[in-house]
Amino acid sequence: MATPVTTAARDAGPPPSRVATEPDPPRRGRWSPAGHWLPYLLIAPALLFELLVHIVPMLTGVIISFLKLNQFYLRHWLQAPFAGLANYRLSLDFHSEIGVDLLRSVGITIAYSLVVVSFSWLFGIFGATLLQRSVPGRSALRTLFLIPYALPVFTSVIVWKFMLNQDIGLVNHVLTQAHLGSGKHFWLLGDSAFFSMALVGVWRLWPFALLTLMAGMQSIPTDLYEAAEMDGANLWQQFRKLTMPMLQPVNQVLVLVLFLWTFNDFNVPYTLFAASTPASADLVSVHVKQNAFITWNFGLGSAMSVLLLVFLLLVTVGYLAITSRRARHA
Amino acid sequence: MHESRAFRVVRTVGLTFLLLFTVLPLYVMLSTSVKPLGDVQSDFRWIPSTITARPFVDIWSTVPLARYFANSVIVAGCASALSVTLAVFAAYAISRYTFRGRELFRMAVLSTQMFPGILFLLPLFLIYVNIGQATGIKLTGSLSGLIITYLTFSLPFSIWMLVGYFNSIPRDLDEAGLVDGASPVRVLLSIVVPAAKPGIVAVGIYAFMTSWSEALFASVLTDDNSKTLAVGLAEYSTQNAVYWNQIMAASLVVSVPVVLGFLLMQRYFVQGLTAGAVK
Repeated sequence: MATPVTTAARDAGPPPSRVATEPDPPRRGRWSPAGHWLPYLLIAPALLFELLVHIVPMLTGVIISFLKLNQFYLRHWLQAPFAGLANYRLSLDFHSEIGVDLLRSVGITIAYSLVVVSFSWLFGIFGATLLQRSVPGRSALRTLFLIPYALPVFTSVIVWKFMLNQDIGLVNHVLTQAHLGSGKHFWLLGDSAFFSMALVGVWRLWPFALLTLMAGMQSIPTDLYEAAEMDGANLWQQFRKLTMPMLQPVNQVLVLVLFLWTFNDFNVPYTLFAASTPASADLVSVHVKQNAFITWNFGLGSAMSVLLLVFLLLVTVGYLAITSRRARHA
Repeated sequence: MHESRAFRVVRTVGLTFLLLFTVLPLYVMLSTSVKPLGDVQSDFRWIPSTITARPFVDIWSTVPLARYFANSVIVAGCASALSVTLAVFAAYAISRYTFRGRELFRMAVLSTQMFPGILFLLPLFLIYVNIGQATGIKLTGSLSGLIITYLTFSLPFSIWMLVGYFNSIPRDLDEAGLVDGASPVRVLLSIVVPAAKPGIVAVGIYAFMTSWSEALFASVLTDDNSKTLAVGLAEYSTQNAVYWNQIMAASLVVSVPVVLGFLLMQRYFVQGLTAGAVK
């Protein structure tokens, strides 16, 4: 689940320039007498499993997306007939139900990502700024804030499911006490389901933003702040002119990672709604999985997955191009 | 440093808000887990009417929690042990040798992290079915398929973090060992690994947490006997929605080990997470 901040930056970035600026210069020569084969032997097991679980299935997925692979061919899928671009045409046919449903699911997923990423980042930067200077109980607070991120996803979702329960949940209880609304609202049905899901998403993800931003702020030298203060900059100006620019590389990566995580999120809707996901919370991972395993049409499901990957690649490359240029101009 | 009154007010209000937001669900989990059944069948109560440990006893018989728990322990334990071992070897090669394809390997492994899981879920399922038919090794509906899958999920981050750790260990140590006539693998195991212990433990906990929480692949690759907690508890909460006190007790039991592990190692995570991003 959790992806490291920098890995995603590095793999998602335009490769050549990123590698060139990598912080560890090749200071290691071929000092071992063991010969050339040893490093290959050392990486071989890792490589083998990566091939088995990621690379080969991915290439297979691309092949399957061109096949007419349904329940009749599942056991011997290599014999499934070639379908050409039919699966892609079906996925992108916005006059058919399949195409419209996929498009709507992608729209919902983008909205979910935007809401969760924005609030997680805002809470994170807010919390990190408040904790930047010494506050009593700083490290205790930080530890407490991190708990939602450390909790297994399904347990945090289950707690929220209980709190949002229509009949016996805390949320409706509080609303009744405060005389707000009927106090009988169904939070996990209809359009409300989207907001409930986003709330849970923010709750478990914002601590990661906090953790990363706090670490990023720690690396800003304190004498820069002292100098800014001598020049008469107030706290807001220090934040705008000093903290934010210094955090640019961290922010660039953090926002991307948060986006990729939420866009690919499966655990939150899966645990929150089980088999009956409301239409408003039909995230694309759930949508593709449900479709593929209910209709057993793996060819179509693979075509949708490939389209998703292409979409994510375009977004990532575009995002990095724009944010990197802006950083250079700043 | 100078802090205005306004800043202090904003800070108190802001931190209180974040604290309430964070702690409220945690309090609900804790307090509900010690409530008698009657308390969770009617309107929500903040304080349990009486405190009881029964939910913690009952969870083991209401659902096959012990089996889910054992499955999760086996899967997460094996996957993280294997992942860390493979990562140690690979990271050592990357940290100490220049070889053709080194950067390619690094990039390829890291880039697997950005793909949506759904992209390789369907083909992986088919491949596992095929391997099962060809060799008789059951990879769907069993724990071994999950172990193999999960170990690769944490591998990229583990390798990347360990390369950083190994790079920070002075190479004089290795060279001294080599001069004494030890083989490179021996040097790795008896000099580098002990020196990088905190990093290795942190990577292990990270790998454990990753496997402990995963639901997408588990929902497809397991059957009733090999179900893990992530799938088992999710179904439990829909089928027996009445026993909320037990569900919370179960959630607490399965959370405590990983939360403690994470909090104890958070210092190393921060180092690992930011080493590349900040510099």
